[in-house]
Amino acid sequence: MAGKIVIDTERCKGCGLCVVVCPKNCIVISRHSNKNGYFPAQVTNADCTGCAMCAIICPDVVIEVYRDENIVPIEGSSKKTELTKERA
Amino acid sequence: MKTVFTRTPTLKDCPTHYCPGCGHGIAHRLIAETIDELGIRGRTIGIAPVGCAVLAYNYLDVDMVEVAHGRPPAVATGMKRTNPDKIIFSYQGDGDLAAIGTAEIIHAAHRGEQITVIFINNAVFGMTGGQMAPTTVLGQVTATTPQGRQTTSEGYPLQVSELLALLPGAIYVERCSVYNPAQIRKTKKAIKHAFELQVSGAQGLSLVEVLSPCPVYWRMTPVKAMEWIENEMTKVFPLGRLKG
Amino acid sequence: MSERILMCGNEALAEAAIIAGVDAYFGYPITPQNEIPAYMSRRMPEEGRVFVQSESELAAINMVFGASATGKRAMTTSSSPGISLMQEGISYLAGAELPAVVVNVMRGGPGLGNIAPSQGDYFQATRGGGHGDYRTIVFGPSSVQELVNCIPLAFDLADEYRMTVVVLADGILGQMMEPIVLEKKPRRKLPAKDWALTGAKDREQNIVRSLWLPEGALEKHNYKLKAKYEQVQKNEVICEQYEVDDAEIIVVAYGVAARIVRGAVNKAREEGIKVGWIRPVTLWPFPTEQISKAADELRIFLTVEMSCGQMVEDVKLAIAGKAPVVLYGRPGGSIPTVEEILDKIKQLTIPTKRAK
Repeated sequence: MAGKIVIDTERCKGCGLCVVVCPKNCIVISRHSNKNGYFPAQVTNADCTGCAMCAIICPDVVIEVYRDENIVPIEGSSKKTELTKERA
Repeated sequence: MKTVFTRTPTLKDCPTHYCPGCGHGIAHRLIAETIDELGIRGRTIGIAPVGCAVLAYNYLDVDMVEVAHGRPPAVATGMKRTNPDKIIFSYQGDGDLAAIGTAEIIHAAHRGEQITVIFINNAVFGMTGGQMAPTTVLGQVTATTPQGRQTTSEGYPLQVSELLALLPGAIYVERCSVYNPAQIRKTKKAIKHAFELQVSGAQGLSLVEVLSPCPVYWRMTPVKAMEWIENEMTKVFPLGRLKG
Repeated sequence: MSERILMCGNEALAEAAIIAGVDAYFGYPITPQNEIPAYMSRRMPEEGRVFVQSESELAAINMVFGASATGKRAMTTSSSPGISLMQEGISYLAGAELPAVVVNVMRGGPGLGNIAPSQGDYFQATRGGGHGDYRTIVFGPSSVQELVNCIPLAFDLADEYRMTVVVLADGILGQMMEPIVLEKKPRRKLPAKDWALTGAKDREQNIVRSLWLPEGALEKHNYKLKAKYEQVQKNEVICEQYEVDDAEIIVVAYGVAARIVRGAVNKAREEGIKVGWIRPVTLWPFPTEQISKAADELRIFLTVEMSCGQMVEDVKLAIAGKAPVVLYGRPGGSIPTVEEILDKIKQLTIPTKRAK
């Protein structure tokens, strides 16, 4: 696991942008609502590379991103990340 | 583990009132990061518009003022002229800047006021319930264009950046968007450049227009709204650096 | 600069503002006050200060708002139609508790009206032409010297009470040349402007605002403003009176109208008529007590105004039915003459037909 993210699920509004923008599909919308009644994003698998795409697009800035020191980070993948995939 | 991304100090650590997927939150972050990266929090004064971002001072931890609808460029003029050493930025929506405040922005640009304007274009009036804005695109259904905007009755979407780029006093005009991380990075670069111009004392106004989603009043999911910007909105409002 | 010089009212008030330390002037051309922006465009840069000709009066008042929000002394001037465009800005200045000085060199109205002197903006100035519960301090000088004197006072009051101070001159006062003395007067002890936007360096952010959304918050804010206005009413009334003690008729007038009244009263006195005058200098706060006291004895009150009668309502409020109040008003930029007012005074002396 090259990277890790921490989502403040209480403050997330479940907009879903991070879900579709993650190149490794690490994020889904939780089935449990937070105290504000939103269904927040949550991390599911360990493929995170710490690329921070999710954090960059998060309108509420609720995602912290960490990356392993020894693994060369993928600096903003050259491939244009289209938001084609629609995740329910 | 190295921290790669975290909230910048000038962006207050509190929830916002913005709707899920609203672009204001992204723009606020980019401005806050710019202010911290340029180290100018102690001499920056921001102006909040009337509109969804009227509460921007609850989120941006700098000296701020909230002014009458459409008047930020005039207020900014009064501030900058009397405080040339301060960094003055005006944060406005499309109703504030392109509707009621058209005279103010045109004249601030035409006088070459040394201020930075961040213009959030989301093609509707958000705060008041999704009415048509000057930047509403043709055919777009809003609270005041139930049949979709028609040229015969509502005229054409207003391309503010092109308009202002004609004025010699506007030294930097760029239109960008937030519909994906790459675009957001470009917007950050543009905003930072606009602030850097003011910090360097460049003679003239810098304006960054940001195409931003309003999922609620476009009646779309946040993801669809971003796609609508990419596929539709940029046809009417072409991205790019128009000047400087 | 304490020797007497000849200056027109418009330029005199501008120089007085410079002496009072105005940091920024924002204005827009409109007759009959064009001399002010012209004068300021020459003098302010000489003093290393800010002059901007704005794109409209509406922009001008918002530039004042901006400069004032950063703690600077800011001022704008205009004439009636332009002042109407500033009403939104003045309401915001009141809500945000920002100091400002606004001079209205009144002209005939309504609408485009004419460019002759008038007092038709009394209601707008004293009741507020903008939205919401707010007040502005209003001066009604009646000579170029008095116009010059009230400018530094206006800036001090604006800073002390964090309010807008309106100075009501008119076409005559603005254009008329009179010998005046321009002196730098010591400022009052004024509170520090720690609320001002100067950049949140080593301190919490300052916010200048007028939006109070939470329930009850704006009510609380309104009561705070009200308490402030009551202080002004208690401390800052200025009013002049002449030959009131034995007077049977009292003429109430302000500004240029009061000058004409002075001539008429002197003539009437020469003809043995017991008449005096009361001249409000602050139109808000209005000298209610002085006028009410003068009405404790049975007298007839004549209000002379260059309008259809606006201040007359405040006179009636002050007198509260204790004595009759008659109006002699000439609107539309017309100027009453001494003779007309003298005739009016004489009509009031004809003993009533009823009981002797």
